[in-house]
Amino acid sequence: MADVRNFTLNFGPQHPAAHGVMRLVLELDGETVVRADPHIGLLHRATEKLAEERTWVQSLPYMDRLDYTSMFINEHPFVLAVEKLVGVDIPLRAQYIRVMFDEITRIHNHLLSIGTQALDVGAMTMVLYTFREREDIADMLEAVSGARMHGAYYRPGGVYRDLPDQMPRYTANKFKNAETVRKLNEARNGSLLDFIEDFTNRFPTYCDEYETLLTDNRIWKQRLVGVGVVSPERALQLGFTGPMLRGSGIQWDVRKKQPYEVYDRLEFDIPVGVEGDCYDRYLVRMEEMRQANRIIKQCVEWLRNDSAKGAGPVITGNYNVAPPSREKMKGNMEELIHHFKLFTEGIHVPPGEVYCGIEHAKGEFGVYMISDGANKPYRMKLRSAAYTHLSSMNEMAKGHMIADAVTIIGTMDIVFGDVDR
Amino acid sequence: MGAMKEFLNSLLLKELFQGLVVTGRYMFARKITIQYPEEKTPQSNRFRGLHALRRYPNGEERCIACKLCEAVCPALAITIESGERDDGSRRTTRYDIDLTKCIFCGYCEEACPVDAIVLTREFEYHGEVRGDLYYTKQMLLAVGERNEAQIAKDREQDAPYR
Repeated sequence: MADVRNFTLNFGPQHPAAHGVMRLVLELDGETVVRADPHIGLLHRATEKLAEERTWVQSLPYMDRLDYTSMFINEHPFVLAVEKLVGVDIPLRAQYIRVMFDEITRIHNHLLSIGTQALDVGAMTMVLYTFREREDIADMLEAVSGARMHGAYYRPGGVYRDLPDQMPRYTANKFKNAETVRKLNEARNGSLLDFIEDFTNRFPTYCDEYETLLTDNRIWKQRLVGVGVVSPERALQLGFTGPMLRGSGIQWDVRKKQPYEVYDRLEFDIPVGVEGDCYDRYLVRMEEMRQANRIIKQCVEWLRNDSAKGAGPVITGNYNVAPPSREKMKGNMEELIHHFKLFTEGIHVPPGEVYCGIEHAKGEFGVYMISDGANKPYRMKLRSAAYTHLSSMNEMAKGHMIADAVTIIGTMDIVFGDVDR
Repeated sequence: MGAMKEFLNSLLLKELFQGLVVTGRYMFARKITIQYPEEKTPQSNRFRGLHALRRYPNGEERCIACKLCEAVCPALAITIESGERDDGSRRTTRYDIDLTKCIFCGYCEEACPVDAIVLTREFEYHGEVRGDLYYTKQMLLAVGERNEAQIAKDREQDAPYR
């Protein structure tokens, strides 16, 4: 009798559906997955070790590059952790700006997640529409920080600069006449806040379009319903957070349970799934985008009222943490000294340890830091949600067909900058 | 009744046609595509592109070799050497930025007390060999010269926010 063995397939690390550089070793019995073994580390950049060599502010741009599909929100736990160690007050306006951009990046992330998951299971069109909205969001990020992806905008003590009062505009060219350009620029005539508000008004319609394309679609449902089911108990045991946990029906959200910044002043709901399959997690993400949109609207309203009253500061006035304004720095000796001290030595943080977790788009993203009183962290540990989710790959994929492995990778919403760090 | 309706919807491919209506509508809508490079997307005045070293209007270099940018650079992309010039003032004898290391965080611009090093709007540059992306002082000054009008305008516009 012939020796019949299972076929072992190497999925990735260059496979487009692997969402980055993941090598997934699949042991197949026919087309059924017997064992899925994710191999990670191909994008390891030693961010935690690098942070030990850099001052607190210098480490901040590296946070953007962890989960490069939702950038600003990565900076948030880092600055919160530093603020907690130093014990500095953050101006209310800065808190609202941060929360607003957290939610904008949450939409940014979910659009990519849903778009590429649809692309992976065969719905080519979705990703074109989601990237159309991602373009608008990238414009917002560029307007505020100067970079379309890696903003480095949050700072310990607040944010770097206030929101700009004007948006960049399209100009007429040989493809677009003045009338077309005028229409394109309609949303861009006011400030960044006006542009964001216009986006929040348009966005629910876009969400409806996505839902028309996917939610009831029989092919989409055939591929997602009943795939990768995780029971609520098992989801807790596996350490799931974010949409993965809520898809299994557990109402856990750091924004509600341990509110940070101004989340306790904002109104929003936590969507939960019922079955715990890929389809429920898709529905949860869809609803989370609508809720994020709601939060952005409230932030825009608050910020607009605040601007009308004469906008407050967006960064703390404590010169041991944040640099003074350029005008002051150029005019006064004292401020100039603070400026030089901050940009050479950086912030001096009292000894201690701190953990700050926030509700990242993918789950709980946390920063644990130990300070020995120097201007650099003694040790920094990053807790990324996707890493934990990926570790359940074998359990979720076992017994499913090989094509479902792609769906499961998509539903986990993993990004390798985040997993490998 | 509900089951009957559901059966009919399923048989007549209702949800698939609804999806087709969405895609069909966009087939005839105005395209959002930008014909790069002839036309470009709007660019913010805060945009962080290629670096430049600036001069004062009288032609004097701004940089005073305080080395704050070198100290703050998280990627250690800047190398500066300073020396005394013939007129006795302290200037850089070497100011190099390795663009392959640079992460375009903008800290150098933030740190500079004399607005000498800035990040311009220029983003279309390339290097054919690795060394091409190692910008020396002369190259950076040249970038500054060809963009000075735009740099000054953007800095002026953004001054109230900084």
